[in-house]
Amino acid sequence: MLLEAKNIKFGYNKSRLILNGVNFGIDYGERVALIGPSGCGKSTLSQILAGYLKPQAGEVLFDSKPLPRKEFCPVQMVYQHPEKAVNPRWKLRSTLAEAWTPDAEFLDDMGIAPEWLDRYPAELSGGEMQRFCVARALAPQTKFIIADEMSTMLDVITQAQIWELMLRQIQQRNIGLLAVTHSMELAERVCTRIVRFEELT
Amino acid sequence: MENKIVLSVNGLSVAFKMYGKGFARKELRVISNLNINVRKGEIIAVAGSSGSGKSLLAHAILGILPGNAVVSGEINYCGTPLTEPRLRKLRGKEIALVPQSVEYLDPLMKVGKQVSADKAAVKAAFERYKLADSAANLFPFQLSGGMMRRVLCATAVVGNAKLIIADEPTPGMSKDLAGRAMKHFRDLADAGAAVILITHDIDLALGYADRIAVFYAGTTVETALASDFTDDSLLRHPYTKALWRAMPGNGFRPTAGTQPYAGSLPEGCLFAPRCDKKTQECTYGIIEPREVRNGEVCCRYAS
Repeated sequence: MLLEAKNIKFGYNKSRLILNGVNFGIDYGERVALIGPSGCGKSTLSQILAGYLKPQAGEVLFDSKPLPRKEFCPVQMVYQHPEKAVNPRWKLRSTLAEAWTPDAEFLDDMGIAPEWLDRYPAELSGGEMQRFCVARALAPQTKFIIADEMSTMLDVITQAQIWELMLRQIQQRNIGLLAVTHSMELAERVCTRIVRFEELT
Repeated sequence: MENKIVLSVNGLSVAFKMYGKGFARKELRVISNLNINVRKGEIIAVAGSSGSGKSLLAHAILGILPGNAVVSGEINYCGTPLTEPRLRKLRGKEIALVPQSVEYLDPLMKVGKQVSADKAAVKAAFERYKLADSAANLFPFQLSGGMMRRVLCATAVVGNAKLIIADEPTPGMSKDLAGRAMKHFRDLADAGAAVILITHDIDLALGYADRIAVFYAGTTVETALASDFTDDSLLRHPYTKALWRAMPGNGFRPTAGTQPYAGSLPEGCLFAPRCDKKTQECTYGIIEPREVRNGEVCCRYAS
């Protein structure tokens, strides 16, 4: 297994567990879509798998080892709202540099115009900003991407563009993918396997 | 179709005053020459690229644009111009907004209180959107994205609005819930409200809307009947056709390029730089909307 969650338990307050014994595994070379009703815990599980939240019980294994705590995490996330995932007071050049400094060719591949680097987030549209979030997540050390509804806020042309960029990169570099989505059509287009959240517990 | 027009927007332009280098002032035009109208009992869906001015239109109608915005053109509500004092009376009562971002919720206030002070009304509205009663006592950070969306919908429908402007009400909701929210907007329209539904999810909107207005780079390029979205030959504008082809169910084929940035709009047709059918004719002048097959389109070649 490339990424594995074992018997994960998590709740935001003690009386109500959102995740109660979730088991989930994604194999090498798979692209998995996770589908489930609103509020069931998909985003919470994503954040646990990426190491942002610590489960109250259970463990997350990447390549059979726990996620590293002090170095670059090989599991990276792209969120639904790019404006909430970047620092509003930084130019996007600095936002990218948080993770790595891509060369001009990579930026071109991502459809990022060089002049956007010197803009602030408020001066870009959602689709333009989401390209930066995808580029930032695709640092050389990244081995796995979790896309939590990353194209829901985008128009269909931009959505198709962003997924095309993402799929090209993850196929070239053999990166694993978990896509959280509500769209069955999108899941069928992008992924090799579709998992319903209810099946995990 | 001769129903009463609740809201009509004619030749709307919105520009932002900005400072350039030093003391130089410039105006950045983000909406130009935009036309849209909505009748009683109708849902018109507004679709189009991100950053094409869809939310700005909503904010312009409600008069909540930032202070540096310059608005020109006509906005009429029930036949008379929507002026600032009139708006102040209507806003939040006859005209309701479902805002786009979940950040419109006050993070320090329990969500039930944000929906309404009237507990019974909150209960009914929550029930409609399948939110548990106990959710009223939670703060926004304790809710998931989809739940917050439903709270926003509930906020706008507790009153008795005649015009509802819903700005992306459904992302983050599952198919089932999104469908239910749409059905609810449909019910409100059937009961006599006029609904402007701003959305990216054309697929979803098609099942519930009467007409679709397609926006590109701050202007309406086409207004089509929802039933036209069954085949790309029924659509009129090349951009609408491109949207159609990019939908996951219809090929998922993106058209290259991006929408022009507001500061550097091309002359003539705004879509021309990305259009494979463009000619010399498309690169100058203003392309006026014209009627084609029961719809409106801004393209010299549409037929």
